[in-house]
Amino acid sequence: MERRDFLFKGIGAGLVAGLAISTDMFAANFNKLPTASSSALKPYDLVAVMGGEPEVMFEKGIAALGGMKAFVKKGQTVVIKPNIGWDATPERGANTNPKLIGKIVEHCFRAGAKDVFVFDNTCDNWQKCYTNSGIEKAVKDAGGKMVTGKSDGMYKEVNIPKGVKLKKARVHELILNSDVFINVPVLKHHGGAMISVSMKNLMGIVADRGFWHKNDLQQCIADLPTWRKPDLNIVDAYRVMKTNGPRGVSVSDISIMKAQFISRDIVAVDTAAAKTFGLDPKTVGHIVKAQEHGLGSMSLEKLNINRIKI
Amino acid sequence: MTKLWKPLRIIVSLIILLSVIAVFIDFKQVFASQWYTKATYLQFLPSLIKFFSVAGLISAGFIIVLILTLLFGRVYCSTICPLGIFQDIVSFLSKKLRTKKFRFKYAKANNILRYTFLGLAILPVLFGSIYILYLLDPYSNFGRFVSDLGRPLYIKVNNLLASILIKHNVYSVSPYDIVKFDWLTIIFPAIMLVVVVWLSLTRGRLYCNTVCPVGTFLGLVSKISIFKLKFDESKCTKCAKCAFACKSQCISIKDQTVDFSRCVGCFNCLNVCDNNSINYKLSLPKKKETITLDEGPADPSKRNFIAGSVLLAGAMIGLSKLAKAQETSSKTNELPEPASDEKRTNHVKIDRKNYCTPPGSKSISHFKDACTACHLCVSACPNGVIQPSLFEYGVTGMLQPYMDYRSGFCNYECTKCGHVCPTGAILPLTHEEKVVTQMGVALFIKTNCIVYVEETACGSCSEHCPTQAVSMVKYKGELTIPHVTPEICVGCGACEKVCPAKPNKAIYIEGNPIQQVAHKPEIKKADDKKLENFAF
Repeated sequence: MERRDFLFKGIGAGLVAGLAISTDMFAANFNKLPTASSSALKPYDLVAVMGGEPEVMFEKGIAALGGMKAFVKKGQTVVIKPNIGWDATPERGANTNPKLIGKIVEHCFRAGAKDVFVFDNTCDNWQKCYTNSGIEKAVKDAGGKMVTGKSDGMYKEVNIPKGVKLKKARVHELILNSDVFINVPVLKHHGGAMISVSMKNLMGIVADRGFWHKNDLQQCIADLPTWRKPDLNIVDAYRVMKTNGPRGVSVSDISIMKAQFISRDIVAVDTAAAKTFGLDPKTVGHIVKAQEHGLGSMSLEKLNINRIKI
Repeated sequence: MTKLWKPLRIIVSLIILLSVIAVFIDFKQVFASQWYTKATYLQFLPSLIKFFSVAGLISAGFIIVLILTLLFGRVYCSTICPLGIFQDIVSFLSKKLRTKKFRFKYAKANNILRYTFLGLAILPVLFGSIYILYLLDPYSNFGRFVSDLGRPLYIKVNNLLASILIKHNVYSVSPYDIVKFDWLTIIFPAIMLVVVVWLSLTRGRLYCNTVCPVGTFLGLVSKISIFKLKFDESKCTKCAKCAFACKSQCISIKDQTVDFSRCVGCFNCLNVCDNNSINYKLSLPKKKETITLDEGPADPSKRNFIAGSVLLAGAMIGLSKLAKAQETSSKTNELPEPASDEKRTNHVKIDRKNYCTPPGSKSISHFKDACTACHLCVSACPNGVIQPSLFEYGVTGMLQPYMDYRSGFCNYECTKCGHVCPTGAILPLTHEEKVVTQMGVALFIKTNCIVYVEETACGSCSEHCPTQAVSMVKYKGELTIPHVTPEICVGCGACEKVCPAKPNKAIYIEGNPIQQVAHKPEIKKADDKKLENFAF
C-alpha cells in the first residue's frame, strides 16, 4: 500500500512540476522575454494572465508567484477588499467577479489562514450589493466572513504623514487588524478618475469618500497607499466596463477581455491595467502621482513580468 | 363559551400586533413585501383610503372590519388596532406592577368631545385634506411610534449585541447606522405616545372613546350591531366586577347597561362575571325602529348614528372626487423643464421648489391625499431615503414622508415602498415601470462644482448615476465635468446625496409635482474587441 501511494504521489508531483515548467517556458518563449533566463531566479514583479475563466487565471497566476503561501502564513488573518460598490449582477462588471473572490478565499484557507474577511464600503445599499454581486455567497461557500463596510463605528482614524492632500483618513478596522491585506479590484472606466483599478478600489476602505472628491481626487487616491499598501493586488479584467463607469448602465458597457494582473506593486499593476484598457497610463493622474510617491514603478519594461496565456 | 372570547381575542391580537411591529421594525429587510401587506391588511383607515386611491376591491380589509363591527361591535379596537392592543398591554403591565388595587369606574360618554374630534377629522376631508384624520388615526400613530421611536432603539440594541459579538470574532450580527434621527419630526409621535400611555394608565380606553376617529366612527356603526353585549338582569347580582374591569368605563351597574358604542370588545367583563350574566345577545334593529316610531321622541343614539353616517358618506364622496381628480391630472403628462445650465457667479444656494415624493406616488397631490404618515415606507426603505417630513409639503403634509436626499438616495431597481404602502399613497411599480419613473430631475449648478471651483477631478455624481443622466464630459485637459441629460434622469437623488461641494451642493433634484415617465438611457455597445495580446 505504502509503496503504491508513494508511486501515485510521485507521479502526481512529477506531472504538476512538469506542467508548471512547461507553461512557464511556453509563456516565456511566447513573449520572447530577454530576461527569460534570469527570471527563474528573480521573483516576478507582475504576473499577467489572459484567456481563461477568472478562477482558472488566478490559479495559474498565483502559482507563478509561489502560491498563496508566499503571502499568507499559517494562523494569519486575511482581509480581502473586492469592489462590491454597486447593486449589480456579475454580468454588469461593476463589481469584482464572485468566482475569483471565492477562489482567493479558498486559497487563503489552504495556505493556513485562520480567518478570511471580505468587505467593501459600498455605494449602493450594502446588503443588496453583497447579495446581487454574488460575492457574499461565494465568500460564505468558501468559508470566509462577509462584514459590513457601512457601520461608521468600525472606522478608525489613521494619520497619513506622506499624504499631500490626504493627511488623515478613517479606515475600516479590518484593514488595521488583519495580518494580510489583499486588494481585488475590477478594472473599469471611471468618469472622474478615468479608470478604477487597485488604487481607486482603496476608496472603499475609508469612511469619508466625499473628502477625496472635494480635495483633488487624483492626489488623494495616490496618497492613501503611502499609509499602507496592500500585500497583494489582483486585478480582475475579465469583464471590463469600457464606458459609463464605474456603475455602468447595462451589459452593453462591458467588453469581455478575460485578463488578470497580479502584483505586489500597486503602481505596476495599475499601469498594466491602464494599458490593457487602452489608456496611456501617463494621463491617469493618480498612477503618475503614486509613482512620484515612490509607491511602485510605471516602467513595465524594466520589470520582471510573467505573461501567461491560457 | 362566554369565557372563550377573551383568550381568543388575546391570541389574535398578539399575532396582529407582533406582525405589525415586525414589519415596522424590520431594518434588516428580513421580510418580503407581501408580509408587510398582510400585516396591515385589516387596518381600517389605510384600507379605506386604499379603496379610493386605487379604486378597487383589492383592499377589502375595511369591509371585513365593518362586517365584524356590524356583527359584534368594535372588536376591531381590541383585536386588530395595534394602538388599542398596545394600550391593553400598557394597562396589563401596570396592573402587574401596581401595589394598590386599581379599579375602573363607570363614566358617562363625552359625546361633545368625541363627535367634535370625529368632525375635526372628517370635515377637512370634504375640502380635500386628510391632515387631522391621519394625525389622529390609531394605526398610523402606532406606526409612527414603532418606526420613529422603536426602530432606532432596536438598532441601538442590535449594535450593542453586534459589538460584543465582534469582540469575540463573530460577525453574524452586523451593526447598522441609524440613517437619520430628527428630533423635530419625532416631537409629535413622542407627545402622542405620552398622551396615549398616560390615558391608558389612568382612564383606560379614553383615547379610543374620545380622540380616535376610527373608534368613534365604529362606535356609531356598533349602534346597529346584530349582536350586542347585554345584561341578563335576572342573573346579575350587581357585584360590579364587570364595571371594575371595563377599560372603556362603559358598564353602568346602576342601570345594568353597556354603552355599546364605547365598548372596545375586550371581553374582560365576560371573563370576570361569575354568573355569565353579561353576554352577546341578538339585537335586531328593525324591532327597535318600530318602538321608536311608536314612542315618538327620537332616540339620541340613533340621531348620532345618522349624523355620523351622513358625515362619513360626505367624506367618502370627497375622497372619491379626489381620486377622480388625480386620474385626470395624471393624464396630462408633459416632459419636465430642461436642467438649468445658467452660469452663476457665486456659490449658489439651492432653491428647491418641490421635494420628491416616493416612486409610484403619481403626484404630490395624490400622495398628500392618501398618505396617513404611518411611516411603514420609512421603515421599509432599504436606503433610508424616505424620511418623515416636517414642512417639506407644508403644514398640512406634516410627517408625510418625502425623498430626503441628505439621508440617502433611491435604489434604481428597488420597488419596495410601493409594495408595502397600505393606503395606496405609493402605488406598486413593476421593475420596468420603476426604472423609468421620474420623481424629479437633477439640476446642475456649475459654479458650485468642485471641478469648476477647484479644477480637480471629482465625478462623484456621475459615478452614482444609474442611467448616466449625469455624465462626465470633457472639460479642461484630462478633467471632466458633469453634464445632465434631463430626459433620462429618474430623480433618484444619488448625485445630490454624494455631491461633496460645500456649503451648497452643485447638483440637486427638483421634484416633479406630477411624476413623469423618463426616457430609457440610450444603449451603445462598447467596443468588444477580443484581447489577443498583452498590451505591454
